[in-house]
Amino acid sequence: MNLPSPTLLAQAILSGIFVGALYGLLGLGLSLSWGLLRQINLSHFALAFLGAYLSYQLATVGGVDPLVTLLVIAPLFFVLGAAIHGLLSRFAVTPLNSLLVTFGLTVIIESVIQWYWTADYRRLASRYADITFRAGPLFVPLPELMTFLLSVSLCVAVWATLRYTDLGKAIRAAAEDAPIAAAFGVNQRTLAALLSGVCAALAGAAGVCLALTYTLTPSQLYAWIGVVFAAVMIGGLGSALGPLFAGIVIGVSEAITMALTAPSWAPLVSFSLLIVVLLVRPGRA
Amino acid sequence: MHVVGLFAAVAIALAAVPFFGLPAFYETFLYLVFHWIVLATSWNILSGYSGYFSFGQGAFFGLGVYATATLAAHYRWPFLATLPMAAAAAAGLGLALGTVVFRVKQVRGELFALLTLAVTFVLATVILNTSIDGGPGVYLSAVSLPAIGRTPASTFYLLELGLAVATLAIAWWIARSRLGTGLFAIHDDEDVAEVLGVPTFRCKQVAFAIGCALAGAAGGIHALFVSYVTVAETFSITVPLTVVLMSVLGGTRHWAGPAVGAAVITIISYASTTGDHVLAGKAAVGVILIAVILFMPEGILGTLRPGRTRSKRQQGEVPQAVVPAGPGDQDFPRPAIQSSTTGARVLSLREVSKAFAGIKALDRVTLDVYRGEILGLLGPNGSGKSTLINVVSGYYSADAGSIVFDGQSIERWPPHRVARIGLARTYQIPRPFAHSSVLDNVVLTAMFGAPALSRRDALIEARRWLDFTGLASKANALPAELNLHQRKFLEFSRALASRPQLLLLDEVLSGLTPTEIDSAVGLIRRIRDQGTTIVLVEHLMRAVIALADRIAVLDQGSLIAEGMPDDVMAQAAVKAAYLGTAANVAG
Repeated sequence: MNLPSPTLLAQAILSGIFVGALYGLLGLGLSLSWGLLRQINLSHFALAFLGAYLSYQLATVGGVDPLVTLLVIAPLFFVLGAAIHGLLSRFAVTPLNSLLVTFGLTVIIESVIQWYWTADYRRLASRYADITFRAGPLFVPLPELMTFLLSVSLCVAVWATLRYTDLGKAIRAAAEDAPIAAAFGVNQRTLAALLSGVCAALAGAAGVCLALTYTLTPSQLYAWIGVVFAAVMIGGLGSALGPLFAGIVIGVSEAITMALTAPSWAPLVSFSLLIVVLLVRPGRA
Repeated sequence: MHVVGLFAAVAIALAAVPFFGLPAFYETFLYLVFHWIVLATSWNILSGYSGYFSFGQGAFFGLGVYATATLAAHYRWPFLATLPMAAAAAAGLGLALGTVVFRVKQVRGELFALLTLAVTFVLATVILNTSIDGGPGVYLSAVSLPAIGRTPASTFYLLELGLAVATLAIAWWIARSRLGTGLFAIHDDEDVAEVLGVPTFRCKQVAFAIGCALAGAAGGIHALFVSYVTVAETFSITVPLTVVLMSVLGGTRHWAGPAVGAAVITIISYASTTGDHVLAGKAAVGVILIAVILFMPEGILGTLRPGRTRSKRQQGEVPQAVVPAGPGDQDFPRPAIQSSTTGARVLSLREVSKAFAGIKALDRVTLDVYRGEILGLLGPNGSGKSTLINVVSGYYSADAGSIVFDGQSIERWPPHRVARIGLARTYQIPRPFAHSSVLDNVVLTAMFGAPALSRRDALIEARRWLDFTGLASKANALPAELNLHQRKFLEFSRALASRPQLLLLDEVLSGLTPTEIDSAVGLIRRIRDQGTTIVLVEHLMRAVIALADRIAVLDQGSLIAEGMPDDVMAQAAVKAAYLGTAANVAG
């Protein structure tokens, strides 16, 4: 094994941080719905891809700035998320069944994406795409930097809301013990629908970031599931900052693994981490 | 036995298909149906029966694919010789995984699903990056296919038909066997199953290994069928998810459910791939999955299954415990000496301690229970009574001290082993197996408790105990149809069918009406008269005084009094524990 140069390694770590921030952003909504609503929302990934394609469509055909598409996508997805929650809560599905139902949704959304945009690779050509900063010997591409900043600010905003506002306290109380929270005047149903909408909107935001930085193809959505689940499990269910930190840790370790060995070894890192976490600290779930 | 006959007839008819000289298309299509039947049914043996949903079927199938690919292509093994190796490799992976995973109590439900999915990706990454595959995939076009049928298509057809028949026969047999009974109990309440005598770890391991072996063999055949295997195709997420979908659609508690689901889904996907409706077919599968989970959670066969013969009697009716009709007294260990203090010890606790996160639930408790007595165990809420029962039955392991039951040190034993040698308990809040009938609930303990009866004998035994507790008329009802009193008596029946030497009763009288209490007290007395020693945890003084030969009192985890009822109740410490001291009242 030949060690790469310090610059190359630093560049790898930097790109690991960027991809980790995206893991964290994707994991944020997943973590909230799993931890606070007991719903394992597999369709979160499909929604993110739908968001990415919508952003691509609006930017490429409509000539809208990719960041501005977020203003359309977020409210739209909020409604979609609340509707999905309505379905799941109407039938009072168990966590395991929520996984299966939302997998069904994932397959449907994937089919819709593939029907409209085909399985061909799509790439959003924005005015940000080619801009790269130099920080000493390191390259910092603007789309990745934007993803990082958006991810960090959203995670911190959600964390602060949950921690400091009355709304956040009510949501956490309802997650802990819904009937008792209801007895103390918390409108648990409305809060759950609201939270579910926010999670979907976060998936939309992650989608815009995906469109900014990656080439899109529908089946690619499955590639993110394992890594993001690992980030969520390691970061802690219901936590807003946990998945971000765990995502960055995973991203960096993947990047280092790829720099030292071959890129195809990368999945080993996240999934081995996931297995270890599940076995050693299953109580976190 | 008509099911077996019908099954055999269909299998023979299908085996004759290749001799009609149909176009290869039909054989290939049916091969795919059988392929998915094997994968779904083998998945169901652990995951459907016991509720441990695995998302790792792709790993076991894929390991089979690559075992055959490697042995046949690289090492020039004859194809048929690679199949047992494919099965063994997959079973080995399943056993290794189970050895680690099944020891961690919390890894259930969605965590088990995620874990097995993660294992799939790890395995795929390793195979992709090592010489097993290395990236470009493995070609098997040079591997010769034995001429079992006249054409290659016929050969694959017959091989997969044989495997499908074997898989279904195994699934059918397991559903009726001791193993299946244990797996269904694990599905409903794993902790209770273990305490009632089901060796849960072994049941899961055996079921997992069998299911994995079958999936591995299917992988081995499929490797040659596709003749070019790649990691991306083999370990794709579709295998585990499709298998789950098929089984849930057909019904996971029925041996044939996954096969029905596999046939339906394979036909739908095939019909859509032949036309221009690939995406519509894919979306339809998603819609079906959602509809089935929401509207038909028991699956097709679970919904169509002829309804149980529901009991027509009124719910509120109190069953009158009757004089035992059948249980042979000779099977019971007769108490050697009836005197309450001079009999042989059946249970001895010495300095037993148990703490939870620093709180001492049991603090150096030393207690003897003598054969044939009823020992009343008293104490305020939180005094450690339930912990004591859980420690003795093996559900919690003691931090320190020794527990001797019937001459054997049991403090390190798993609960099912303790149950096997004749210790039974009831739960304060009844915990019946919700998906099993009242009768099957009792059959389980007769099969897994001390007598270890065959299913046939256990049925007879279980009916006796339902007669004994007056629940005979409810034998075919589901536990949800019983009222509280009847559920408590179901707890009794379940405990008694294991023919215990020692019966631990955890607040069996709480929540009952005065009439129901009288009937329960009569029942407890008759159980003792049969020769069973009883530890009675109870708050209701009237019943304790009426029943107990001796009384022991726990307070804050310590044994503060022990002796004859009148003497114990007169002690100052006992009064203080129950009523508070003057200082406490003043404070």
